[in-house]
Amino acid sequence: MRPTFRDGLRAGLPVALAGSVLAMSFGVLAGDVGMPGWTAILMSVIVFAGSAQIAALGIIGAGGTLGAALGAAALMNSRFLPMGVAFAPSLPGGPLKRAAQGQTVVDVSLVIAEDGKGGFDRNLLFGSTAAQYVGWVTGTIVGVLAGPVLGDPKALGLDAIFPAFFLALLIGELKTARARGVALAGGLIALVLIPVAPAGVPVLAASAAAFYGLIRP
Amino acid sequence: MSTSAAIVLVLGASVITAVIKAAGPVALGGRDLPERFNGYIALLAPALFTALIVTQVLADGDELGVGADTAGLAVAGVALWRGASMVAGVLIAAVTTALLRLVF
Repeated sequence: MRPTFRDGLRAGLPVALAGSVLAMSFGVLAGDVGMPGWTAILMSVIVFAGSAQIAALGIIGAGGTLGAALGAAALMNSRFLPMGVAFAPSLPGGPLKRAAQGQTVVDVSLVIAEDGKGGFDRNLLFGSTAAQYVGWVTGTIVGVLAGPVLGDPKALGLDAIFPAFFLALLIGELKTARARGVALAGGLIALVLIPVAPAGVPVLAASAAAFYGLIRP
Repeated sequence: MSTSAAIVLVLGASVITAVIKAAGPVALGGRDLPERFNGYIALLAPALFTALIVTQVLADGDELGVGADTAGLAVAGVALWRGASMVAGVLIAAVTTALLRLVF
């Protein structure tokens, strides 16, 4: 039976909870760099890209220019180029409709919406992203409003939540020797590039390791 | 930062994100990828997730380094590998990291 939007919501719930904690950190960070609270909330509402939002604020916090902050956001989001190619065949309709549907692709969609046949299920994609969107915006609002009370999210270890979440998803993906090899290669590419390339580039470059999949087993 | 600068940042970032996310689906149109790309798609998650984890716990800006979060993730990794649930793994990572920061 084809999964429903509701199945997608359910699948996205744990990620939404983890994401809301990350969003709280973003809301607190926005206050720290002197961003008006409502603009931080607006950013989560219309940008909805955690790593890009945090990277952009990091640049502002370090005294960088607006242009540099936007550049950092673009590089952080660059991994959505290969992901967009992967999702393209699963998103029907005209260019506008496809562009709109493409907005719902987030990192964990790669795992949650996978249909096991080399494509992606749209109900799972839309449902899981809807859950994460609500969590992301809600968490930002809490972070902005409660920032002065919450203090430093790092003291609570909240910055370890999202990597742990990715790790849990990653372990589920390492069933084959190919996947393990590509994961290792991706990690090494990122590791080597971190000291020399701007943030975002190491992750985009690491995605190239997946081209190994073009070689038949 | 000023309100006007914040608005420029927010609007700019939203346009950039929307264009990047739309690029693949629009450029490819409704065409199917050649079948051999299935292997590429299947391996995107392992490659990307590993890179995201590495950049989140082993890097501070452009400097490599280990911290309490690295140790927290390592402990969670062992638990997850041995079959702990996702929620348990996430909690273990946060609690371990917080305790290490409290102690050191």
